[in-house]
Amino acid sequence: MRAERIAPGLAIAAIATAPAWLGAYQLALLTYVGLSAIVALGLVVLTGNAGLSSFGQAAIVGIGAYVAAILTTQAGLSPWLTLPAALAVCGLGAWSGGVVMVRLSGHYLSLATIAFGAAMYFLFGGLEITGGQNGLSVPDTLFEGAALNYAIVWAALLANMTMLANLLDSRMGRAIRALKEHAAMAEAMGIDTNAAKSGVFVIACLMAGLVGWFYAYFQRFVNPSPFSLAAGIDYVFMAVLGGAEMLWGAVAGAAIVTLLKPVLQARLPWLLGAAGNFEGVVFGAIVILLFQFAPEGLLPRLRAWLGWSGLRARAVSGGQLPSGHGISAGEVLSVEGARKSFGGLLANADVGLTVNASEVVALIGPNGAGKSTFFDLVTGATRADAGAFRLGGQTITGLSTRAIARRGLARSFQHVRLVGDMTAIENVALGAHRRGARSMLSSMLGLGRAEERAFLATALHQLERTGLGHLAWQNAASFALGQQRILEIARALAADPILLLLDEPAAGLRHQEKQALATMIRALRSDGLAILLVEHDMDFVMALADRVVVMEFGRVIASGKPRAVQADRRVQEAYLGAPLAAPAGEALS
Amino acid sequence: MNAFFAAYLAQDGLSNGAIYCLLALALVLVFAITRVILIPQGDFVSYAAISFASLREGRVPGTVGLMLALTVLAVAIELARDRNRFAPRVLRLAAAPLLLAALAEISPRLHLPAVVDALLATAMVAALGPLLYRIVYRRIAAASTLVLLIVSVALHFVLLGMGLYFFGPEGVRAEPLIDLAFILGAVPIKGQSLLILATCAVLAAALFAIGERSLIGKALRAASINPTGARLMGISTEWSGSLAFLVAALIGGVSGVLISSTTTLYYDSGFLLGLKGFVAGILGGLASFPLAGAGAFALGLLESFASFYASAFKETIVFALIIPILLWRSLAARTGTD
Repeated sequence: MRAERIAPGLAIAAIATAPAWLGAYQLALLTYVGLSAIVALGLVVLTGNAGLSSFGQAAIVGIGAYVAAILTTQAGLSPWLTLPAALAVCGLGAWSGGVVMVRLSGHYLSLATIAFGAAMYFLFGGLEITGGQNGLSVPDTLFEGAALNYAIVWAALLANMTMLANLLDSRMGRAIRALKEHAAMAEAMGIDTNAAKSGVFVIACLMAGLVGWFYAYFQRFVNPSPFSLAAGIDYVFMAVLGGAEMLWGAVAGAAIVTLLKPVLQARLPWLLGAAGNFEGVVFGAIVILLFQFAPEGLLPRLRAWLGWSGLRARAVSGGQLPSGHGISAGEVLSVEGARKSFGGLLANADVGLTVNASEVVALIGPNGAGKSTFFDLVTGATRADAGAFRLGGQTITGLSTRAIARRGLARSFQHVRLVGDMTAIENVALGAHRRGARSMLSSMLGLGRAEERAFLATALHQLERTGLGHLAWQNAASFALGQQRILEIARALAADPILLLLDEPAAGLRHQEKQALATMIRALRSDGLAILLVEHDMDFVMALADRVVVMEFGRVIASGKPRAVQADRRVQEAYLGAPLAAPAGEALS
Repeated sequence: MNAFFAAYLAQDGLSNGAIYCLLALALVLVFAITRVILIPQGDFVSYAAISFASLREGRVPGTVGLMLALTVLAVAIELARDRNRFAPRVLRLAAAPLLLAALAEISPRLHLPAVVDALLATAMVAALGPLLYRIVYRRIAAASTLVLLIVSVALHFVLLGMGLYFFGPEGVRAEPLIDLAFILGAVPIKGQSLLILATCAVLAAALFAIGERSLIGKALRAASINPTGARLMGISTEWSGSLAFLVAALIGGVSGVLISSTTTLYYDSGFLLGLKGFVAGILGGLASFPLAGAGAFALGLLESFASFYASAFKETIVFALIIPILLWRSLAARTGTD
């Protein structure tokens, strides 16, 4: 535990004292490590945390470098004026490109960045203003001396790492980490996933642009080859080699690739007895082996080998986030005439339903009755063909999931959707996302500490309320299914909702867990919450619900007190079939 | 531009388009079955072209060494994985590569006709496909598309370096398989162009027929749509993956032999060709064969005419085109929620 805490400190000490015991050549090499690490750092956030890939980062570095070089050679601007220009071009380019990018899913995005990287390389080589393949010579330098350049680059690297660490440990950081596997869940928590994606993309591109700007004055020569698609792929290799989820992984990966490359370039041709660049074989083979045996990356593998968990409980103190509303009363959710068809199948036909404050309403019905579709209509996951939806007195018809969540609806999912590699308390804090206001920028600058404390206090309160307080700092993936369902409810509660939608909360729970869940739901009801649940366990439903609504074939066939519904003939027939004596047609009339 | 030039460029564009079409078909096939985006597809093309040229010159191609090295590696992995009754499995793995290697070794003394050399070069490259699938992808078949893509990119670099080692840096250009040229109207037509177009049509039709009509095609599609379900029905994903790679490498081999006479090819020339196959494949959303085919011909023509009007930006235009298309495909693909 102690070694784990001092390891980054030792690394920083080694970095800080390097000029004292290394020569100019090694320092220059380490300067390149630092520059590559800054670009790879952007990929750690982009790929490792947000799950977005980019093989085109080298092209962005190139844009930064060419902007600097062109403005210096053509307009004679000083480096300190070209810096904002380079960042503006890369940032604005990323922001406008992000509009396209966030709409590309999965491998489409990877391929688009490959195409972008290839296109930019040929563009750099084909334009007159960039000097074509011959490139541009840059007359100015920034700093004299290997030690000073080294110090500036590594200071910039550490500053970037600090900012990204701040970011990942904040409201927006949790949103970013949820993007990789759970974008739909994040939207249901009120997170604008498109804005989060393009924000991350802009950050990664600004960092690449910064490196490009520095490179132009450090190398004093700019030509297309360091900004090729192959270079962009190298950055991806660095990130995945070191460990794409860890910030230090970028540094480790950049160091391995950058330091190993000259060694391989010198030794391999001699070893193989042929001239040429063979280091690609070695790096390619390393990456292939990596994904076969240690897909998480070298640094996380080392950490696991040393028994460092990376998790530690932190003291949580201070007040919670402010609550958005008082105890509500009366009608919370009202739905009239909800209709939805999928092709020829009428999944919901004129479904109407109300849920009041301090009331538990259960929606039941055989499989295929349309309960899940109704949930999707209420939460905005699916748009209704017709119907009027009101939440807390406001019309929510046609609004997005996110907008509805912001008006006070929180939900749990039938198939648990937790971010497995985040702690329980972070997962719950994710639910409180909409109650905070800090942007990515202010979190990066470390201005969001007070709000972050309130987030954790709020999350811890909900964990304690649901009986999971003692597990707050464990990863959600290590929880049993029953605990995961409760954790989903805690996350929903952290949103400070007026209406709670629970999708089969008792499925897979043991008897005692069900009893504890029922007790908890009663307590929430007495706190004034309106609760709508879908559930198949009839004993659980009948003992808990104030009212039961029964659906069959997309229609409401009965509603009322549990006892009355249980006695209803149509309900019995829906579940058990029509009595043999009477033909089915007559029984329904 | 006059009509003569236009017809000339169109012929060039169509025959390049046919090659992109073949590559796109292979990429779509491999992606549909294994979710692997096969960046090394282009390397198969240059391997085949260089192998064919070496055979024509009466030399044993470097492919033999590469194929034997990969066979040894695959057998070693098979041994490490499961030693029970491994003899039949090893035999299945190694028989074809060993046979082809033996044939290639003695081929300089036999003075084979060009068609046989072409078949031998294609077969050797085809043999690489299943070997690479078993060595590189089998263990990570269930990984995410992004991981499979990164591994594909890594494999491309490995193959690129191996290509340099086994083939050397020299460019090759082979004699055309059909030495035929005639004038139609006022336009000179090259026999090789017609051969390329015909081969493309035959292979595309064969793929379509196998995919849609045969039991193998049904099994392959089942394995791609629902691997778990297919496994329960006795369809091995290992078998389907190996088969997809075999077909992809075979198509790469055919393409390489066909274009070896139209342009000078180096060990690293395949990458750009493969990438353009991708642009075409993406036009079909990596899912539809007819769309991918149409995209390939459109791309070949666009490239051919772009090289006339804006030769410095030919590649930029081709690759920049992909981004709006990707956006369109991505939006079209996202019909459901979640």
